Amino acid sequence: MSEETVLTDVVIVGAGPCGLFAIFELGLLDISCHVVDILDRPGGQCAELYPEKPIYDIPALPIVTGQELTDRLMEQVKPFKPVFHFNQMVTELKRTADGGFELHTDGDVVLRCKAVVIAAGGGSFQPKKPPIPGIDSYEGTSVFYSVKKMESFRGRDVLVVGGGDSALDWTLNLQPVARSMTLLHRRDDFRAAPDSVNKMRKLVADGAMRFLIGQVTGLKGTAGRLDAALVKGPEGVFEVATNAMLPFFGLTMKLGPVAEWGLRLEEERIPVDTEKFETSTPGIFAIGDINSYPGKLKLILSGFHEAALMAQQVFHIKNPGERLVFQYTTSSTSLQKKLGVA
Amino acid sequence: MAKLTFIQKDGTRQEVEGQNGMTVMEAAVKNMVPGIDADCGGACACATCHVYVEPDWMERVGPRNEMEEDMLDFAFDVRENSRLSCQIKITDALDGLTVKVPEKQF
Repeated sequence: MSEETVLTDVVIVGAGPCGLFAIFELGLLDISCHVVDILDRPGGQCAELYPEKPIYDIPALPIVTGQELTDRLMEQVKPFKPVFHFNQMVTELKRTADGGFELHTDGDVVLRCKAVVIAAGGGSFQPKKPPIPGIDSYEGTSVFYSVKKMESFRGRDVLVVGGGDSALDWTLNLQPVARSMTLLHRRDDFRAAPDSVNKMRKLVADGAMRFLIGQVTGLKGTAGRLDAALVKGPEGVFEVATNAMLPFFGLTMKLGPVAEWGLRLEEERIPVDTEKFETSTPGIFAIGDINSYPGKLKLILSGFHEAALMAQQVFHIKNPGERLVFQYTTSSTSLQKKLGVA
Repeated sequence: MAKLTFIQKDGTRQEVEGQNGMTVMEAAVKNMVPGIDADCGGACACATCHVYVEPDWMERVGPRNEMEEDMLDFAFDVRENSRLSCQIKITDALDGLTVKVPEKQF
């Protein structure tokens, strides 16, 4: 992928509910945003952890699911035309000579902006790594948590571990290129889409791949090259020959690169003031679950409030010396024009 | 109310009290029992509150529910006595319940 440089007023790190509402509050003040998120869609924890679970403490919405809340926020921010960079993680954040910031993502996007809003919740969602002894030494050579290029699995003896959609999808996608394909799961039931499961069973019936029941307990190989996985099955321990293992055990939240941006951290959270929600670095703000201040409550509604106050300060960064006249969306024609309703 | 015992991989035991209606996960988090991460806060959406119920308690604790069974696919080293502690509601009948905490939740 070639590097592209993007210019915008603000980069928001995290597309969860607080990051999304920040687009709205900044948009009302004519501040444009780009949003980076490691997931493939907006919503953060609401979309990843509990899309179907009801939330009961959003003001005026007695009951709303994580997905509905996300959908409504997306509708609300639409007039401000935010640009999203999904499936990407901000890996680097540095100050530029003009007092602004430059951010780099692992998707080779470079963003230049005047202010940064970290709305990263509990951190970035990353694949869970099974605590199998010695697994680290195979990562990147024989053990992979995602598929970047299918071609790199051509001719290999692939072992997919897991029973969710990722496990089944990659089993089906890689089966044609792999020399051999084995799916290993702890039981003969799957949480994945039934259609994928049926396709997998058909391949097994046709002798095109294997499905085994069991759990990986150890790995055998030398110098980063995996030869076999030790598997505990219902009838004891056995070996599965493989030189490319793909464990899919869902995602977990890790603070990730945020820790390396030179910000003051306290217990994996970013201390901010409660007037502007600015971090120890002027121009970098933190809202939502990732920040901390006396009395902090990890509630979505608190993050919304923090977004509104943060936006006021970002206005002054973008428009030095200009007076900000506070306006209501109910009565201000200029705000209504921005919202596309006047 | 029930007394609950959490045993760590190294054998350390920690006894905590849980109110009826609370979950075993909530009692663990409230008392800062190490190894019960509970990333999702009890929504049965993360499998990071995995415990092994001591064999003599299996019957009283009861079987896994369907959602929990699915979610255990995301846990490591799942055994017959594996449960997600956010899905075990505390009652008087569980007074004395002992569970083992896995070495790592992932």
